[in-house]
Amino acid sequence: MQSAVDVLSWILLAAGGAFVFVGGLGALRLPDFYTRMHAASLTDGMGTILILVGIMLQAGWSLAAIKLIAILVCLLLTSPTASYALANAALLSGVEPGNSRAGKAEN
Amino acid sequence: MYLVVSIAILITMALALVRALLGPSVYDRMLAVNMFGTKTVLLLSVIAFLYGRPDFLDLALAYALINFVGVLAVLEFFQSRSIRRAADRVDGG
Amino acid sequence: MVILFAVFLLTLLALTAVAIVRTENLFVAVMLTGIFSLLMAANFFVLDAADVALTEAAVGAGISTVLFLGALALTAEHERSVVSGRWLSMGIVVVTTLILIYATFDKPRLGDPRAPVHQHVAPWYLDQTPELIGIPNVVTAVLGSFRGYDTLGEVFVVVTACIGVLFILGVRRGGYSPSPDGDRLTTAGSGLRHHLIPKVVGRLLIPFIVLFGLYVLFHGEYGPGGGFQAGAIIATGIILYALLDGEAQALKAVPRPVLMGMVVGGATLYGAVGVAGIALGGSFLDYSVLADDPVKGQQLGILIIEVGVGLAVCGSLLSIFHAFAARGRH
Repeated sequence: MQSAVDVLSWILLAAGGAFVFVGGLGALRLPDFYTRMHAASLTDGMGTILILVGIMLQAGWSLAAIKLIAILVCLLLTSPTASYALANAALLSGVEPGNSRAGKAEN
Repeated sequence: MYLVVSIAILITMALALVRALLGPSVYDRMLAVNMFGTKTVLLLSVIAFLYGRPDFLDLALAYALINFVGVLAVLEFFQSRSIRRAADRVDGG
Repeated sequence: MVILFAVFLLTLLALTAVAIVRTENLFVAVMLTGIFSLLMAANFFVLDAADVALTEAAVGAGISTVLFLGALALTAEHERSVVSGRWLSMGIVVVTTLILIYATFDKPRLGDPRAPVHQHVAPWYLDQTPELIGIPNVVTAVLGSFRGYDTLGEVFVVVTACIGVLFILGVRRGGYSPSPDGDRLTTAGSGLRHHLIPKVVGRLLIPFIVLFGLYVLFHGEYGPGGGFQAGAIIATGIILYALLDGEAQALKAVPRPVLMGMVVGGATLYGAVGVAGIALGGSFLDYSVLADDPVKGQQLGILIIEVGVGLAVCGSLLSIFHAFAARGRH
């Protein structure tokens, strides 16, 4: 039983690490601001869930698990909000989606 | 395993830093800061368990709670700046 | 392994620092400072200094960005390039760096148990804390009780800095005066009221941020944390309210006299605990006489001074924030 939980948590952690890494790669390689943001924010959410649930399985029922749940809930609330605010700020100052000008608009 | 994950997160942090240094627009840098914040929370959680000190999770919780305030401040900054600029344009013309 | 993490994070830190110096766009510098702060906190954490890391997190995550942006709204966005004296300053930096590198040759290895810093008073603190104060977090015991004088001094430094900033920014008496310009400018002070998502999420999180601040304050004896971190976190919660609903609303919720009262009252509370020690027959900032049991007295004293520190820090940060915002309106 314990080893099954271990295996599951390792799988989750590994998948989470992969998601996080792919997100970093996307944020570096994709061509314009909105696509980069897309890569970063989506993988952030998925990687966060996978990694934190993976650690939670290792922690078992303890104070640490409850803190991890709190961290997960907070991150799932704040991270998309931050992405929204960022996209909105960009749109507000005239960075157009799908426009190559986006890359050059150094304010 | 914690080690592998933390190395993946560290590499991602390095990638985000490269994005922050390259830019090109300020929003790309802001995006990198935002990514960095989430990655820091994850890194702190993983390292807390790697060290076997789960009571250090408070720190990750602090970041998870208040890290988006900075991004909201940036949105507010751009909003009031665009309003100010519009006002200046009306005054000037 | 710890060393590897620390070296990796320090390398990123150095890169970020160089980039901050190199960039001439001040907004970019503010963003990079955010990354610098995150790296610094992670680095402290890797080196097992959770209290310091929490302080860096509490200040760097929200407040410093907000204050930097507040300052940026008052000034131009690009740094003026300095041409003269470059070689002279370069020479000074190079010489200083060489001297510092030379000095590190005499330093003990990182974490060496025979280093002087681990031989001086640290073993005494570690030995005596469970016996004299009875709390698990030695950092809180050192800051609050053994080195209580230093912390008192730091609180007064914070208060003095706050007074200095308020003088420089020249806050006028009276509260928020609505712009005479009517409709066109009213949105300028209204924050993010028209953005539904940040508003809903932010409103939801503000109570939890304040609650977490209180947890950090009262749990500082057991885990990382204490008055300074708590004050900064609670101030972040109120600044979040100011961002969402406009600064005027936040000023209505926590008016300026209350902020001043927090700054002065917090520092006075700390001093009063010291004087109470004298009045009860001990010496200044000796908490043992505050209760029948010296250990209980120590714990009580530390708790009260942490509350004082928290009040002073929270009040100072909010006053500075409002001073920047008020200046930006004029």
